[in-house]
Amino acid sequence: MGSVGAKEVPVLLSPDGKRIDGRRLDELRPLKIVAGALHQADGSAFVEWGANKVMAAVYGPREVHPRHLQQNNKAIVQCKYNMAAFSVDERKRPGLDRRSQEISKVISEAFESVIFVEEYPRTSIDIYIEVLQANAGTRCAGVVAASVALADAGIPMVDLLPSVAVGKIGGAIALDLKKEEDNFGEADMPMALVPQSGRLVLLQMEGHMTAEELGRSLDLGVQGCRSIYEVMKQALRDRYQVGGGAAQEVGA
Amino acid sequence: MSNEVTAEILGTHILELARTGRRLDGRGIDDYRPVSVEPGFAAAADGSALARIGATAVVCGVKLEPGKPFPDTPNAGVLTTNAELVPLSNAMFEPGPPHPRAIEVSRVIDRAIRAGEAIDLAKLCVTPGEKTWVCYVDVHVIDHSGNLIDAGSLAALTALTHATLPSKRFSLGDDSPLAVQHYPVETTFCRLGDAIVVDPSLDEELACQGRLTIATDEAGNVVAMQKGLVGAFSPDDIKSLADRAFRHGDRMRKIATGA
Repeated sequence: MGSVGAKEVPVLLSPDGKRIDGRRLDELRPLKIVAGALHQADGSAFVEWGANKVMAAVYGPREVHPRHLQQNNKAIVQCKYNMAAFSVDERKRPGLDRRSQEISKVISEAFESVIFVEEYPRTSIDIYIEVLQANAGTRCAGVVAASVALADAGIPMVDLLPSVAVGKIGGAIALDLKKEEDNFGEADMPMALVPQSGRLVLLQMEGHMTAEELGRSLDLGVQGCRSIYEVMKQALRDRYQVGGGAAQEVGA
Repeated sequence: MSNEVTAEILGTHILELARTGRRLDGRGIDDYRPVSVEPGFAAAADGSALARIGATAVVCGVKLEPGKPFPDTPNAGVLTTNAELVPLSNAMFEPGPPHPRAIEVSRVIDRAIRAGEAIDLAKLCVTPGEKTWVCYVDVHVIDHSGNLIDAGSLAALTALTHATLPSKRFSLGDDSPLAVQHYPVETTFCRLGDAIVVDPSLDEELACQGRLTIATDEAGNVVAMQKGLVGAFSPDDIKSLADRAFRHGDRMRKIATGA
């Protein structure tokens, strides 16, 4: 975000309003979702979104580890978001860094807002998100994958959670930033929507936006989430159509 | 009676009060608890402040020392923010590696200072690619009675605006004030049913249905946001909370700078 002394800033927006990859400001990157992509997990999903590749798996409701976290009146939701060392240009040191821990926390809280946790007291619903290839918007891709994985695991929820980042590039509000736009843009705002209620359960932002731009960004993000929601539902229909049901191979 | 049960009874009471626009401590929906700062609280630091919001107390110390710039930003200074939720501040904090809760507080305070460009990092560069000032912002929560993010952010901004670049100590010339160019501060809200209150107390945080922090600057920008805890906000909620955040932010900026 306008970091001092950074490399030369690329032109993010052409005079005719096209972005570096030719997209319009309100256009998503291509999104492909495979529900039930893994064999061992209770539910899983693989998301390819632009140049992002993200796998999510759900285990549970199952016994709580560590035990002292157990709650007598509800299930706890524990998400672990993790980036593979090879997922970014410069090798990322493996293991939990502070960024991953913060993202894991806000994603856990977002899902606890929609899962009927009171149905499963003294259990844990564990969500694992592995980022295999990263190109901005990995937490949103993770939320989309985890949502489909939760549905695939049969966990009762209010709704799926479509998620997308909105940002500001070259002074314009744009949907679904890719890496260069995230690195050199003026603002980035990931969010996740509960389509049924129209409310957001995940929202973060950094950069510079006026109140008016913030309003427009929220509206554009909600619109983007509604498109993503359709792709998520279709992925689940494809998985559970008659004759389906077997784990699908990634990349097939 | 277990803590769980008392918390639930208190939570229900807080939500019931909120339905008629009331709060446990008698405040209105849009009222902060009393806010004060004491700059220079920790004299060994290059800049420091004790910030109080009601019964919440947070000390921030800023330390500046020469170091190496990051390879991808050779002309810029380095900023590092850390928040410690020490066990003396509340029974729920235990010694040990930082809890995700502490990491979140650190990162949200950091985000406002960084994205809000509070410090002119270019001015911290001594020799491009070789030597720069490293600015450590350490936030110590000493009494946790709710709303650590706003208290930490206020303490940090106060400490930064009163900080001195200790050039003499490192034989780099004369001491000078740290170059603060913008004044980002955070304003935190919690949902209690249909009401959304500012500056949640600890009991309100435990009872709430979602928390939203909005960082604003003096030029009319939102510079950072963080939704936390279990709960949800509509886009219309967020738009009206941004307006409220600007109003509260302007008052906090005056408190931080002593204006």
